[in-house]
Amino acid sequence: MSESVAYVLIALSIVVMAWAGWLAVRNRPLDNALFYVAAALEIMLLAVAMGGFVALAVTDRPVDGVTFGGYLLTIVVIMPIGIAWGASDKSRWGTGVIVIAAFIVIVLTWRLVQIWQGIGV
Amino acid sequence: MSDRSTSSGPGRVLVAVYAVFALSATARSAVQIATDFDAARLAYSLSAVSAVVYIVATIALARGIRPLAWAACTVEAVGVFVVGTISLTAPEHFPDATVWSDYGQGYGFVPAVLPFLGLMWLWRTRESRE
Repeated sequence: MSESVAYVLIALSIVVMAWAGWLAVRNRPLDNALFYVAAALEIMLLAVAMGGFVALAVTDRPVDGVTFGGYLLTIVVIMPIGIAWGASDKSRWGTGVIVIAAFIVIVLTWRLVQIWQGIGV
Repeated sequence: MSDRSTSSGPGRVLVAVYAVFALSATARSAVQIATDFDAARLAYSLSAVSAVVYIVATIALARGIRPLAWAACTVEAVGVFVVGTISLTAPEHFPDATVWSDYGQGYGFVPAVLPFLGLMWLWRTRESRE
């Protein structure tokens, strides 16, 4: 899990978070544009997760495999669940859920970097 | 629509936050108990209790099962303050952290605030029940 990949993920997550936050402030539900950005983030997360599992299989690092794998599996399901749960409420609270989902992706991304580097599990 | 009232509007976000804690507390306690249960039996058992409470609260709020949601949020409020206080006054019982240690400091103190948001939300939505 290289840090540059993490920065791209975090940057895209911040875009999703800001966009959803802006919609929430204006009391708007999920719109198409946010959906596409969130979909782009999800595609990246899937790619990173696959890459992460390959990296985990071939690395010589003393990485905690179960924890790292668990985080990889978790990070790919957060956005779909958040979108599904948030889209069914047409008020600001629906997009508020997506703000939280994107924030969790940021936290998990950062934890993945730490676990990969063997810092505090 | 009594069964929807706790999961619509602000409840939507509340359930989402509860789900996050249900997941993280469950994962944390599963790893703790699976890897080294004997190292901190009390802390790890309380980790498992907190995980169950979060799961019950998430389901109860999402499904609008009010009595269960009241019970879960109350247990949670008591738990975070009892565990938080013990973890500070008798740290020897907590060689490893739980979600509720130090009043949830490791999670931005959200665990200390969340049960009260849950109870407030249940109180606010009580009329819409019937």
